[in-house]
Amino acid sequence: MNDEVDLAVDVRHITKRYGHKTVVDGLSMQLRRGEVFGFLGPNGSGKTTSIRMMCGLLTPDSGEGHTLGYDIMHEAAKIKREVGYMTQRFGLYEDLSIRENLDFIASVYEMDRRRERVDHALERLGLQGRQKQLAGGLSGGWKQRMALAACMLHEPKLLLLDEPTAGVDPKARRDFWEEIHKLAAEGITVLVSTHYMDEAERCHRLGYIAYGRLMASGTPKELVANSGFHTWSISGEDISDLADSLTDLHGIDMVTRFGNTLHVSGEDLAALDAATAPYRDNPQQHWTLGTPQLEDLFIHLMGKAQDNYGLEAKK
Amino acid sequence: MTIFSFARLLAVVKKEFIQIRRDRITFAMMIGIPLLQLTLFGYAINSDPKHLPTVVVSHEQSTFSRSIVQAMQHSGYFDIQSTSIGERDAEGMLARGEVQFSIIIPADFTRHVLRGEKAQLLIEADATDPSATGNAISALQQMTTSLLSHDLKGPLAYAATTSMPYEIIIHRRYNPDALSQYNVVPGLIGVILTMTMIMSTALGLTREVERGTMENLLATPVRPLEVMIGKILPYIIVGLVSMILVLSAARWLFAVPFIGSLWLLVAVVIIFIAANLVVGITISSVARNQMQALQMSFFFFLPSILLSGFMFPFRGMPRWAQYIGEILPNTHFMRISRGVMLKGNGLTESWSELWPLLLFMLVVMCIGLVRFRRTLD
Repeated sequence: MNDEVDLAVDVRHITKRYGHKTVVDGLSMQLRRGEVFGFLGPNGSGKTTSIRMMCGLLTPDSGEGHTLGYDIMHEAAKIKREVGYMTQRFGLYEDLSIRENLDFIASVYEMDRRRERVDHALERLGLQGRQKQLAGGLSGGWKQRMALAACMLHEPKLLLLDEPTAGVDPKARRDFWEEIHKLAAEGITVLVSTHYMDEAERCHRLGYIAYGRLMASGTPKELVANSGFHTWSISGEDISDLADSLTDLHGIDMVTRFGNTLHVSGEDLAALDAATAPYRDNPQQHWTLGTPQLEDLFIHLMGKAQDNYGLEAKK
Repeated sequence: MTIFSFARLLAVVKKEFIQIRRDRITFAMMIGIPLLQLTLFGYAINSDPKHLPTVVVSHEQSTFSRSIVQAMQHSGYFDIQSTSIGERDAEGMLARGEVQFSIIIPADFTRHVLRGEKAQLLIEADATDPSATGNAISALQQMTTSLLSHDLKGPLAYAATTSMPYEIIIHRRYNPDALSQYNVVPGLIGVILTMTMIMSTALGLTREVERGTMENLLATPVRPLEVMIGKILPYIIVGLVSMILVLSAARWLFAVPFIGSLWLLVAVVIIFIAANLVVGITISSVARNQMQALQMSFFFFLPSILLSGFMFPFRGMPRWAQYIGEILPNTHFMRISRGVMLKGNGLTESWSELWPLLLFMLVVMCIGLVRFRRTLD
């Protein structure tokens, strides 16, 4: 019982199909209360559909699950009241002013002391001076802050943010993450889907999804440690030529260039070492064997998913 | 977890009004288009419909009366449906719009002709649409002189010597001066409502989906039904305003009489608006963007204006076009509104046109609701 209370989201084997296409395929995922969970995966992997099922917007075709203790199959209305969902696209009205938008959201949630709450939200945003401005005239960063304020109006216990920082400048992104961690500290559970690795590293735990299936989950450190993935990091001269000669060798799964360094990774350490051995004694290059970066890992997982499910999914 | 919340509905209505107010051009169009159409269609387009349904009330069976009926049939303008009908029945059929003409041959018609006295033939015409009856009436007048000449031979020839053996008395019923505005203005209410109602709901709902605000809206506790009604309600009010606009213009600009009950017309208008709104909702559930919604609205709007009897007399259209016209809500609404305004029809006379309207609304509403729900999930 205690376990259940501690889980903000607990879905098991949920599946959603559109026609013949299975978008989410037996996904099981747990979010602990008060944590910031990063949801990663390539475009079209089923992130948005999964989020929509967690917040009661879509009903899964099969599987079971609870969000904030409510059944996702039957209690969508109760879930909606306590969850804040920020859509991938700006979902507020561009032809309504900032104040009118917030007031509309507050009345749709049938909130008391509406004026006071909207005032408070505007103050927190620092938008009192521009409250009469139309939302369509705001920049990307401000729109995103306003959308966050709108989905926080009804004081939800769980926030589901679908790629909130896409197309937002670095400063605004940093401020946004500050806000998210503040909310988490207040006990709110936050799920953020993102493509940015620096954002993934700011999360308490991560889940990686491809072809509608959860490929891996855990803290960033755990993911790297448990990946069974090894990476040689090479810096120095003639890296470009080295990359070309290493790319197709047996034992090397991935070669990635990062400016002046090159990452060469593989699952089988012995095979990786064997393949790279002839090149390692170049005095003009510096070779170190280390842990893979999150990005290496995810790209590797994506490739693996493609081998396992890609063909099947195409059918 | 209320199934339906009035507060939430009100929130959507309020939001919708702010958006309508802010979108000045669309708002101007919604008021401007009716005014433009009103002035443009103040002048009617004439046509030459034939085979107009006619009944003959014959108070005597004679060679002369048979000749007249036969000649009318030959002229091509009249489609004689019955020659043995009572005057009261004929009156009713005219009021319900089932026939265009009722010809009354008085009991002493033959006697008057033979005595060389002026015999009278009474034509009752449904002249709400003057362009539909005009040519038929002039054809009837032309044949008077030649018609009875071969019946009046031998000993009866003396009767033919008078310039005209009988005279025709025409009652242009419901529109005595044959003013086309009488016909156009009541019909215009239907055309304007069809256009504004379908377009505004089809575009309004598609816009929410296209801009991504629908998803955000549905993640809140607001129910799909509240969104639908909340979006529709403001436009019903706008539709009623358009109607008042046209009715006022009808009264003060074109002096069109209003004989029937205003409340009956308002009730029918609300049913008609609802029928159009469900078409709009169905379009919005099929259209993927606002452009498609607009195109589909026009696809529905064109037959509504061309095949409903608004532009051209319904009975002048080919049979297949009439079948299509019979499906369209505008056809039936127009007949009701003309009937109520010009003929003073009540609910009983209007019922034959009201039930097809209701049927259309029910069928499309079922399609619309099923499709609307599917788009959400």
